[in-house]
Amino acid sequence: MPKGDRLVLSSSPHLRTEDRVSLVMLKVLIALAPTAVVAIWFFGWPALRVLLCTTIFCVGAEALWCAMARKPVWGTIRDGSAMVTGLLLGLNLSAGIPWYGCLLGALLAIWLGKQVFGGLGHNPFNPALVARVGLLIALPAMMTTWVPTRQMAAQPETEYTRVFYDGVTCATPLGVVGTTPKVMGRTPEAQQTFAAVDNPTALKNYFWGNLGGSLGECSAAALLLGGILLVIWRLINWRIPVAFLGTVFIITGIVHHWAPGLTPSPLFHLLTGGVMLGAIFMATDMVTSPMTRRGALIFGAGCGLVTSVIRIWGNYPEGVSFAILFMNALVPLIDRACVRRPFGYVRYRGGEESK
Amino acid sequence: MSDSYKCPVRTFGRGIHPANDGKSLSRELPVRRAPLLENYFVALPQNIGAPPSWVVKVGDEVKKGQLLATPGGKVSSAIHAPTSGKVAEFLETPGPTGAMVSTLKLTADGKDEWTELPPPLDWKTASREELLQRIADCGVIGMGGAAFPTQIKLAPPPNCKIDFLVLNGAECEPYLTADHRLMLEQPERVLTGAAIASKILGNPRTLIGVEDNKRDAIDRLNRFAGEYGVEVLVLEARYPQGSEKQLIYALTGRRVPEGALPAAAGCVVQNVATAAAIADAVCEGKPLIERIVTVSGEALMHPENLLLRIGTPVLEAVRLCGGIREEPGKLLLGGPMMGFAQKNFDGMVWKNTSGILLLPPRLCVQYESTGCLRCGRCMEVCPMNLVPCSLASAAESGKMDLALQNNVLDCLECGACAYACPAHRPLVQHIRRAKAEIRKMKKK
Repeated sequence: MPKGDRLVLSSSPHLRTEDRVSLVMLKVLIALAPTAVVAIWFFGWPALRVLLCTTIFCVGAEALWCAMARKPVWGTIRDGSAMVTGLLLGLNLSAGIPWYGCLLGALLAIWLGKQVFGGLGHNPFNPALVARVGLLIALPAMMTTWVPTRQMAAQPETEYTRVFYDGVTCATPLGVVGTTPKVMGRTPEAQQTFAAVDNPTALKNYFWGNLGGSLGECSAAALLLGGILLVIWRLINWRIPVAFLGTVFIITGIVHHWAPGLTPSPLFHLLTGGVMLGAIFMATDMVTSPMTRRGALIFGAGCGLVTSVIRIWGNYPEGVSFAILFMNALVPLIDRACVRRPFGYVRYRGGEESK
Repeated sequence: MSDSYKCPVRTFGRGIHPANDGKSLSRELPVRRAPLLENYFVALPQNIGAPPSWVVKVGDEVKKGQLLATPGGKVSSAIHAPTSGKVAEFLETPGPTGAMVSTLKLTADGKDEWTELPPPLDWKTASREELLQRIADCGVIGMGGAAFPTQIKLAPPPNCKIDFLVLNGAECEPYLTADHRLMLEQPERVLTGAAIASKILGNPRTLIGVEDNKRDAIDRLNRFAGEYGVEVLVLEARYPQGSEKQLIYALTGRRVPEGALPAAAGCVVQNVATAAAIADAVCEGKPLIERIVTVSGEALMHPENLLLRIGTPVLEAVRLCGGIREEPGKLLLGGPMMGFAQKNFDGMVWKNTSGILLLPPRLCVQYESTGCLRCGRCMEVCPMNLVPCSLASAAESGKMDLALQNNVLDCLECGACAYACPAHRPLVQHIRRAKAEIRKMKKK
């Protein structure tokens, strides 16, 4: 017969899901794997070096902080969130970035981006993006010097490669577009440059990943694969990437249609730069995005709007990081605006009940 | 293939379904009547509302089914002797929630003699008042857990037109199979009770909702349902499908307005076990003195569905199931999602005890919770469409006004949020505290 000496008194529910934070993070890492593999394929060992550096430095920064703050070190690292941040940070950097750039980025991400706010779950901004923007401001030259992909360097010089590649460094398609004089209307030079970077062959290259830029920005295909995994595992709200990408497509499409000399086609905008990475992996960060369906749509559309505005009219060629950080800051407001109506609340419209 | 597969499956949408719902431990086992024990401990009150008062004293000889306590008000319910014997003493014992209650110790004389029961009523000809009086006299209460006196529930305010009588056969709590076995083995008892309740309410449409993990019970009910004018509807197996408001929505498409009783949406809900008790009371004059209890859990030697008398000590129920397999980590009265953990084996079976569960220590690990990831899992599963994680963090930081503003009082405390949280945050526990504190503030 039972002695009853091991009985635990607790308030219901007495069953718990097997899911854990570390499992969530593991799944995100798996979803990021295709992108990382493709980056290593195109950029070679330097890419692996950067990804390893950022991941190890981020985990180290987290451990160091926890040790200094007298928090359980293993208990914090175990959840895997520092690894996700580290990998995401690496994917936001160029393959040519030196190790101390990675270190500074890791410290910015983990300390300034996350731990000063109280650790996982309390940070208002996406830590990896805090680091990216911090590095962009602190080390602009390092952050905007891109290396060509191995495939690009091996190719014979063509019209396509000449636009980007000077033998050592490489321009991103967005960079090329950004430095083109921005004149309203159909300026011949602008049209010509756009045509060199925005044509079916180039777009195909962008889709599979053969273009200069951050490691994670190269392959839209790999990012989409990861995104599909995340949606299947219900780890991201699909409304955010759909609203984000949709807004970019619509706005750049309208502007391109009326002023083709001002900006390239909407497909070009979706396939180059950090839009895919941002929309699928950065904007959807659970901690820093709204939870409600309506909120997710507003958030995604806002990210798309700010990105498009910066890309078309701004001084920076790329605006995804700024757009997401800007919208991160608005999340509390969005959450407040999108209060869910509890079950059984009847909305009154002109005295009549609506169901 | 069973006929029930042709029916549409209804649901309220959200909620959870545990991967291992524990029902396979006892779902195939027929109900077994427990042998007569030496002592029974009948606690007072068995119902919510006004407590009844004892009408017997120490030393009295009572017969099985004799009145022990008489209703102490309108919302109150009578209590009857589970067997014949002698009133040994009155003592204080802990109830399921741990609060001490007055308890009568009845020592059985072994004869198990019935007292003179009221004559059976022909429910087809009896008047509404006669039927309600009989249900009240027999101490029938909501056996699904709420323990609300049934005669009150069957007499809704006259200004509410009742269009639906809904029978709750969902049994959405994991592990519990008592209602399943009842519907499978005695479908006619359940349906008779449903027909009686329907007659009292003026013959509204009568629906019985059963989850699709009980296809055999659905088929059994369907065989007889037509005779009694009852429709059997299939529900998706999903917790908390059996919660009143969610059940009504799934079956009728109506939403019970916030803060109102189901009668406001033209519905009355009764548990299937309560329906069976109604049938016993009316057709046989038998008071509610026994019920089917699922005694289960991985720590128990032989899980079973036992027909136990009210007042059976928990320890005796465990003994009837062959004792334990391993020292249990938790003893629960009720289901694992909303049941009460006990600190010892001193409890007893009440009229609303649907299960006695012994969970093994491996299922009772106290998780350490981490910060909220804002993943929104809790929000997805909340049957009331609330945002549990923000309510919990409001409660955690003492911002009760914020919690109130975000409708914390609408929480059912079903615990689906706390089940689903990957950070293992005690969401529903924080919400419970907030609700209690807000109620306290309102009283002042």
